[in-house]
Amino acid sequence: MIEVRGLSKRYGEKIAVNNLSFSVTRGKVTGFLGPNGAGKTTTMRLILGLDYPDAGTVTIDGKQYASLAYPMREVGALIDAKAVHGGRSAYNHLLCLAQTNNLPRRRVGEVLELVGLTDVARKRTKGFSLGMSQRLGIAGTLLGDPKLLMFDEPVNGLDPEGILWIRNLMKALAAEGRTVFVSSHLMSEMEHTADHLIVIGRGQLLADCTMDEFIARSSGQTVRVATPQPGLLAKAVTEAGGTVTADGDAGGHGALTVRGLVAAQVGDIAFEHGVRLHELTVVRASLESAFMELTADSVEYRAEGQPPAPGQPALPGQAAAPELAAQGQGRHGHEGRI
Amino acid sequence: MAALTRPARPPVLPPPSGRAGFGGTLRSEFTKIRSVRSTYWTLLALLAVSIGIGAAISGGTAANWSHTSPADRATFDPTQASVAGLFYLGQLVIVVLGAMVLTAEYSTGMIRTSLTAMPRRVIVYVAKVVVFACVAIVVTSIAAFIAFLLGQSLLASTHDSATLSQPNVLRAVIGSALYVTVCGLFAFAAGAILRHTAAAITSVIGLLFVIPILAHLLPSSWYQDLERWLPDAAGRALSVTVGPSPEHLFSAWGQFSVFAVYTVILLVAGAVLFRNRDA
Repeated sequence: MIEVRGLSKRYGEKIAVNNLSFSVTRGKVTGFLGPNGAGKTTTMRLILGLDYPDAGTVTIDGKQYASLAYPMREVGALIDAKAVHGGRSAYNHLLCLAQTNNLPRRRVGEVLELVGLTDVARKRTKGFSLGMSQRLGIAGTLLGDPKLLMFDEPVNGLDPEGILWIRNLMKALAAEGRTVFVSSHLMSEMEHTADHLIVIGRGQLLADCTMDEFIARSSGQTVRVATPQPGLLAKAVTEAGGTVTADGDAGGHGALTVRGLVAAQVGDIAFEHGVRLHELTVVRASLESAFMELTADSVEYRAEGQPPAPGQPALPGQAAAPELAAQGQGRHGHEGRI
Repeated sequence: MAALTRPARPPVLPPPSGRAGFGGTLRSEFTKIRSVRSTYWTLLALLAVSIGIGAAISGGTAANWSHTSPADRATFDPTQASVAGLFYLGQLVIVVLGAMVLTAEYSTGMIRTSLTAMPRRVIVYVAKVVVFACVAIVVTSIAAFIAFLLGQSLLASTHDSATLSQPNVLRAVIGSALYVTVCGLFAFAAGAILRHTAAAITSVIGLLFVIPILAHLLPSSWYQDLERWLPDAAGRALSVTVGPSPEHLFSAWGQFSVFAVYTVILLVAGAVLFRNRDA
């Protein structure tokens, strides 16, 4: 559907996108991930022909965006919800967009209804909140009933209700068989919606895989055990080749995190040594931490004193940032899955 | 077979035919210009200053007519006096409106939304030029004719007022509307090249108002050679109806053509940049 081949773009001294190639396939939600400044917005601008690439090509169903017969009927794209003339009413804003693609006037009312802006249709957009602007921008993308939708950081700055609305909308659009290409700098945003992931950092491709592959490649599983005899178990597990970290207190008992052994092995070791277990859980590394590990080297702007510390190599050729990974795990750790 | 496939959503749009082109974009640009208040305020200001200044000059002249010397009476140009408002201030107002047609899209970011909806940029550009030119010529013509008629009725007491059937008078009235419209297009092109409202307005004012003043500081023989090539000379040549046509200038329409050619060159340069630059 979208084919990006060898795309490069430089703004002055800064290389925004560097020899980037990927494709977005039909009928799926593709998450476009990367830290701030990774080149996501630039890539989207290049897809839409707003900027011209220094090298490479972008095609949509084999055509350049500018030569699509009715661009709005093929692609609904929202890059910046605030890119509207504030003095124009919501209705007239959508009308002037619809007219360029010979879309019937009734569509304006329909999409306003769809995004819940009917009541403020005649109001000037100057007074709109970010959430309302976002809805207006999305209404614009739906005017032409396109089969491909592209959103750049659609939940940025929205309140929880707005975030939920956008998530549900993307799911609904995908359920209708549309292709959704959505960028974010937050992995957690993608966990619930994306089927496929394209991860970039510093303008270069870091990963292009399905969500399942991404999970499989992520820093691997750990086993969490709770036992009244943590010392004994830790010793036995270490002898068996596992790495153990004390996880603090779990209801009056010691809890351990074991790496390097699967849950069944840990259970067997405990049985052999007569250690009673109160908990034996597989902990999947969160996608957030996997994403942070993947992009640790390519974060554009980093606070001082928080270098990408070397750690266990999580993904081939990638250094992990343990403190970040641990943070992510605490917040987004997924349990179970066995 | 259709029953076996997943039930499709009912089509919300009629099947497409042809491709998005100039007609739709023209309608879109008209919607844009008519749907912001600043357009109305600017055009209202244009009418007010054009008609108001013409009326003030005409009324003032009529009031002082009994004290006016025969020599001054002979050279008084009632047509030029009545439409002078278009040249003094109407021109400035249209420069603001013309520049903002495109620069407002850049300052608000709307240009990115516009070019996403209609990525064929030359079509967008030409549609903007056509819509602005049509709006401008209609409003400046209304301003010119009202200013003329009001001015002449105020000058009636002098028995020196003009009528449209007199030589050069209709040319001066229509010409002033055309001249002001072309000023607006000149500013539109400057806006397309500079993409910044203040920069566009400042440079157009520089070219139309300041350079002619600076040119006056040149030795007069130089100035006489230069004057016909200044963009604002068109206004002076078009509006004169009494006495000999100004020395050192082309004919009225010839002088207008000089200005029109400058404007077309700028418009083409603006189009090329609009097409080739990152939005």
